[in-house]
Amino acid sequence: MDRFLFLTLDGLSRGAVYAAFALALVLIWRAGRIVNFAQGAMAVAAAYVAYSVTAATGSYWLGFGAALLAGLLLGAVVDLAVMRLVDHRSPLNPVIVALGLVLLIQAVLGMVYGNEYLPAQAPFSRTAMTVGGTAVLSPYDLFVFATVGVVVAALVWIFTRTAIGLRMRAAAFAPEVSRLLGVNVGGMLTLGWALASGVGALAGMLVIPTELGVHPHAMDLVFVTAFTAAVIGGLDSPPGAVVGGLGVGLLLSYVSGYAGGDLIPLAVLALLLTVLLLRPGGLFAAVTARRV
Amino acid sequence: MSGDLLTVETLAAGYGPVPVLHDVDLRVPTGTIAAVIGANGAGKTTLLRTLSGMLRPTSGRILLDGRDLRGTPVEQLVRRGVAHVPEGRGVIGELTVEENLRLGALWRRDRADAARALDEIYELFAPLATRRRHLGHQLSGGERQMLALGRALVGRPRLLLLDEPSLGLAPRVVAQTMALLRRLRDDTGLTVLLVEQNVRSALAVADQGIVMSLGRVVLAAPAARLRDDADLRHAYLGF
Repeated sequence: MDRFLFLTLDGLSRGAVYAAFALALVLIWRAGRIVNFAQGAMAVAAAYVAYSVTAATGSYWLGFGAALLAGLLLGAVVDLAVMRLVDHRSPLNPVIVALGLVLLIQAVLGMVYGNEYLPAQAPFSRTAMTVGGTAVLSPYDLFVFATVGVVVAALVWIFTRTAIGLRMRAAAFAPEVSRLLGVNVGGMLTLGWALASGVGALAGMLVIPTELGVHPHAMDLVFVTAFTAAVIGGLDSPPGAVVGGLGVGLLLSYVSGYAGGDLIPLAVLALLLTVLLLRPGGLFAAVTARRV
Repeated sequence: MSGDLLTVETLAAGYGPVPVLHDVDLRVPTGTIAAVIGANGAGKTTLLRTLSGMLRPTSGRILLDGRDLRGTPVEQLVRRGVAHVPEGRGVIGELTVEENLRLGALWRRDRADAARALDEIYELFAPLATRRRHLGHQLSGGERQMLALGRALVGRPRLLLLDEPSLGLAPRVVAQTMALLRRLRDDTGLTVLLVEQNVRSALAVADQGIVMSLGRVVLAAPAARLRDDADLRHAYLGF
């Protein structure tokens, strides 16, 4: 029972990161109908910025802030300099371009930083605290929960309570009508990319210290896992991404705890296949609104 | 005379290599309602899309209050005082009534007046006030019409472009819409250019009738003349 509790809490902590990363994918999908396969590589690039800043200043938090900023900027640049120039008539074009971007970013990072794992610092202890003899959460897990919670709350607030959020939603649902109402649709798309990439960078910063360290491929499996979570939740649904992320985190924690950690990549792919076969629209896919 | 709010001179436009509008000239005096009528495929919707900048003219000029509108990005048009209610009304079904309305006034700097305009719309269209939290796609056709018009009016436009306002609506709702347009013209000096296949209701409200056929303006005449002159009606409108 203790083990079950531990695996559950640990799974939720991993799941929170998947949720954030899945949310980033959903944001771009909603804004521009693109699955951003370069999300993982972009997050790694931001993590390398953090590594450099932290190495230069000795401050984890300066590096953390720099990563978020780099994530936001990189998202805007990818939209303006790459995606905007791609012919979107075939949905395959942006996908191929995003995959190319993955190769480019990973190659450049490898050239600059080398293809070795670099140590990634965690700002809090990763040793689980014990309550009444049972290992529960580490201070770092609490940090992950709090950070993801703040990001989710901030996104909800931006999209439902602010004028800019209303513009972003309108631009995504009805670009032409929105332009007629004075909304700068292109600007909203760039903002959506920046926000999503910032959230992706944050998820990367949270997950990388729990694994082997910073590496050009550090986010590859996280990307596949979060993509699975996003598809489970329905690519269109932000709440679905959060629930999907937490669910996948739990499942993988149980798989790793009861069946062995080596099975995780296999479990992720099996889950993705199952979902795509049984419910490709996702569990939370909204009934498509009647066109008006 | 108070002059023409909208002047279109030798306008030509089309989709890619396919020309649709040829040599279109028209004038809409300030504070009047002009109805562009004509059969399906006459180029009425294309005309509106060109006026609001969604389609780039291949030649000709579009003057609003004497200033050329060409080169004004679509999203800047509301700031010049032009509201365009597109074909199918463009209610965003995924947003609530309130969000749709707020969207129409977001560009305005004068937030206090924007809030006042929103209240006025809820007074003007009482059914909307009771359905603020409903999503756009939950509304009936008549309510969507109110929402589309309200969303255009919260921006306090000088020129209202309407694409087929009567399409798919009950005759009673069409009559209400037309009466509202007449009232807005009389009370606020709003200028309206509407495109209609429903010739009778369009001419009932309009000051000027502009008949289009195959992408050209074939006749522009006072609406009363088109209503009353049977020969003219036969020749140009076929009834």
